[in-house]
Amino acid sequence: MNYFKDGLIWLNDPLNWTNPGGLFDRLQEHLVITFWAVLLGCAIGLPLGIWLGHRGRGGGAVITVANLTRAVPTLALLTILPLTPIGFGKLPVILALAVFAVPPLLANAYTGLRSVDPETKDAAIGMGLSGGQLLRRVELPLAVPYLAGGLRTAAVQVVATATLATFVNGGGLGQIITAGFGLGINVGGDQIVAGGIAVVLLALLVEAVFAGVERLVTPRPLRTVRRRRVARPVTST
Amino acid sequence: MSFLSWVPAASTPLAAPADDGPGNPWFSWQYVTDNAGTILTKLGFHVGITLETVVIALLVAVPLAVVAYWIRPLTGPILALSGVLYTIPSLALLALLAPLLGATNRATVLIALVLYALLLLIRNALTGLTQVPSEVRDAAAGMGYGRFGRLWHVELPLALPGIITGLRLATVSTVALVTIGAIIGQGGLGDLIMGGFWNNFYRAEITTGTVLCVGLALILDLALVGLGRLLTPWSRRRVA
Repeated sequence: MNYFKDGLIWLNDPLNWTNPGGLFDRLQEHLVITFWAVLLGCAIGLPLGIWLGHRGRGGGAVITVANLTRAVPTLALLTILPLTPIGFGKLPVILALAVFAVPPLLANAYTGLRSVDPETKDAAIGMGLSGGQLLRRVELPLAVPYLAGGLRTAAVQVVATATLATFVNGGGLGQIITAGFGLGINVGGDQIVAGGIAVVLLALLVEAVFAGVERLVTPRPLRTVRRRRVARPVTST
Repeated sequence: MSFLSWVPAASTPLAAPADDGPGNPWFSWQYVTDNAGTILTKLGFHVGITLETVVIALLVAVPLAVVAYWIRPLTGPILALSGVLYTIPSLALLALLAPLLGATNRATVLIALVLYALLLLIRNALTGLTQVPSEVRDAAAGMGYGRFGRLWHVELPLALPGIITGLRLATVSTVALVTIGAIIGQGGLGDLIMGGFWNNFYRAEITTGTVLCVGLALILDLALVGLGRLLTPWSRRRVA
């Protein structure tokens, strides 16, 4: 575990945190990229999934989208988008990451709305609720555990994938790792390991925070339903 | 940190984009024919490391899933652990493995890939096994099958659809994940993608790598669907 100790020593040096391009800078870039990518993913995935689930159509399309994005390497999107008219900078990175945030949000929103008991919906319609009212007062509240689960999967995935932004010099914590590789394993070994540790801790932290959020927003009677969440659409990160 | 702070580890010399026609086209046969050797080598590396990963992961995952299935108290922890491990970003895993196994080593990438594939496979194999109806298990026991006989003749065949699903997931995500190895020059087609990016944003090279990568994933996925249909002829009628 000698090399692990070297990584901890690197992390223990305050200058490595406060330097320009140090951990604080990179962490901030990482979080900013993640935030916008998840927000964009939500803006696209949630309405689409809710609409499709409400209408009860397009299940096949949802699965196809989830499977197709799994086959596309993140690196490909990260390198191709800056060469399109979008141009360089943060925007192509955020767009590339948002593409991978959409499938879990879409699939979970769709499944959540589809899994509402048809008898409950019948009862609501029988009580005179219109389509919009049914969606707002019955389907959405019952689908909350799924929506929150999708958000958690998407957030964890994006925060993990944002590490790869460094391949196109897009910033983020991955930059610490690649800079270490740039120095060579003998000189930069401690930095590589330190970057790895930082990224892992951040991913686990985000997972824990969103697991907490998921639990908070789920009404008590629905908490057992949580376990029935669809298998997370796993993509390469 | 300057733009040059990171240099691609092992970039092969490539034809200059000059004779590809005006500008920087997204695709060029000129590039493909001029660099056919390099492309084939990278493709071969990609296919090889993918197959190796999936086979090793399968050989480890199925016995582990069976152990977790037999010893019920282990099921929860194994699933939870695999979920947590899966949140570890691939680049971080490479970073943690590289100093241990060598920074430009194929084995480093292979082990990282096997770990990810393993997690997917265990999850799906275990799901498949736990979905075997208890009546079926009782009937098999009543027919005199022992623990291993029941596993081999009844439970594993019934769990096959789950295992095949896991294999498909693992294969497709491994094909995409190999590209990350480009950071240490062991990325197969990922080397082409990154090489193109650092070689004056040479679009033809990036597109070639990407198209081959996605195509490879789809072909392997289709092959596994076919394999699944061959191995589980009884499910064909129901699925159709």
